[in-house]
Amino acid sequence: MKQKIGLAVGVVLVLVWCLLPVAWILSLSFKSQSAVSNGSDPGFLPLDSFTGLDNYRAVWEDDQFRRAIINSIGISLIATLLSVMIATLAAYAIARLEFRGKKMVLTTALAIAMFPVVSLVSPLFDLWRTIGLYDTWPGLILPYMSFTLPLAIWTLSAFFREIPWEMEQAAQVDGATSWQAFRKVIVPLAAPGVFTAAILTFFFAWNDFVFGITLTSTENARPIPAALSFFVGPDPFQRPAGLLAAAAVIATIPIVVIVLLFQRKIVAGLTSGAVKG
Amino acid sequence: MTTTVATPETDATKGPKGKRTPPQLTERARHENNLGRRLVAPAVVVMLVVTAFPILRALWLSFYSYSLTAPEEREFIGISNYVTALTDQLFWRDIGITVLYMVVTVAFELVIGFAFALVMHRVIFARGLIRTSILIPYGIITVVSGFAWQFAFTYQNGFVNGWLPFIDADFNWFGDTVPAVIAIMVSEIWKTTPFMSLLLLAGLAQVSEDMVEAAKVDGATWWQRMWKVVIPNMRAAIMVAVLFRALDAYRIFDNIFVMTAGAQGTESISFLTYRQSIEQFQLGMGSALAVLLFLSVLLVAFLIVKLFRVDLAQARGE
Repeated sequence: MKQKIGLAVGVVLVLVWCLLPVAWILSLSFKSQSAVSNGSDPGFLPLDSFTGLDNYRAVWEDDQFRRAIINSIGISLIATLLSVMIATLAAYAIARLEFRGKKMVLTTALAIAMFPVVSLVSPLFDLWRTIGLYDTWPGLILPYMSFTLPLAIWTLSAFFREIPWEMEQAAQVDGATSWQAFRKVIVPLAAPGVFTAAILTFFFAWNDFVFGITLTSTENARPIPAALSFFVGPDPFQRPAGLLAAAAVIATIPIVVIVLLFQRKIVAGLTSGAVKG
Repeated sequence: MTTTVATPETDATKGPKGKRTPPQLTERARHENNLGRRLVAPAVVVMLVVTAFPILRALWLSFYSYSLTAPEEREFIGISNYVTALTDQLFWRDIGITVLYMVVTVAFELVIGFAFALVMHRVIFARGLIRTSILIPYGIITVVSGFAWQFAFTYQNGFVNGWLPFIDADFNWFGDTVPAVIAIMVSEIWKTTPFMSLLLLAGLAQVSEDMVEAAKVDGATWWQRMWKVVIPNMRAAIMVAVLFRALDAYRIFDNIFVMTAGAQGTESISFLTYRQSIEQFQLGMGSALAVLLFLSVLLVAFLIVKLFRVDLAQARGE
């Protein structure tokens, strides 16, 4: 009995820890700017400063923010798609084929996962300006791909090792080449793993901030996190907390939807590589 | 993130193919070798294009005095940038602050994350709800977490001052180094503890229940079971989680940018590098700092692996 109560308390603590800041930013997004700046309504429930959807409307009418949403969705989706495609090929080779240089591929991936992103900022900034990738979608898609590939390759090769390979061999016995066996037999079996890798990749791209602020300068390619940090609002000397909160909530909606739909897959993906490799 | 450098097993499921190790490659083996290389080639190229090439370029640029405000005045100055950086107190101060962020946040994440993992491991009700909740901090944009906590800590409209009885209602968390660093750490710990707890949960799942039961039958208390049975048996998982989180924490940037913009001495080494190259257009100096940052990450990784004897292969549960 004592243990059960302890466990219930534990569960409540976990939930409060995870959801408190989310509740806070949600509550701010419904408060009026004046109430937030003079602190007249400091509670979690927006009582007398409740402004309904005003903040959301104002954010939505902001051209820069609308562009940032489009940029973020477009860039993250394209980077995810390309990264997962390339990673699938590589992970298949790593999980299944014997070839020279396999160790080197895995070491490279590990090294890149640990790479200090900021150290690339000045050379990439310089390089992208020279070759015209600065402030464009491809200018962000490329670095996102490089930095999500290690995660995608590990997750996928962990999944691929769980696949019943007799089926591949059966196909090969029936006369299929390695490539055909890969495409016709393995791809359908591997689809769930690929999907998980795609979610994790998407999270990374959606979350990125360093590349977002350094490799863009206008709403041409600026993604949401960068747009949020540059969001000034009407009064340059006062951070528009209500508006920012509303924008932050909008930026979090895709994450919440993905988490609600695919929580099991995400947890499996996050832990698979760590435990089984 | 995930963790393995070990080569995949050449086990029995591979059948006759796995046993093939004659000195001369057969036709089929050569075909496999070529296919393997062709399949990994795109990934390797993409990973290297945006990392290896720029870091080499940074190495080259770091020997120049090169400012974007006066690009035509670029000149070779040898190791002057490095001498300037390494003899500047600010550089060492920022390194110190960065190490502080890393040590404190990882320590808290490990303890809280382990507690969370225990709860998730034992609980039988509301599993979906807990999993969903724990993935929200993991998935949320770091910038949003930074804003949420900044608004929580400000004395004008935050709730933190009101909730903490020993803090004055008008205490300014962002007015001095120590409280500002604490606020940044809180945001960092909040956002990344779930990731840590999921890795630890995976480690917990590998600890044999029979062993824990046996210890219980022998009269071991809860603490003894934790310290003598559970934790030693998931040591590898803990070490890998620490390694990955520590290297991530060492690169701390987003929260600092959003919450203090590096003011009040909260600047990390990543932030210093960013400020030199992007805000002040000193690409030469910025590149030198980038190279130093890169080397310091290597050093930190090396030290953690050596000090804690992290065995990446062992983490696979073999």
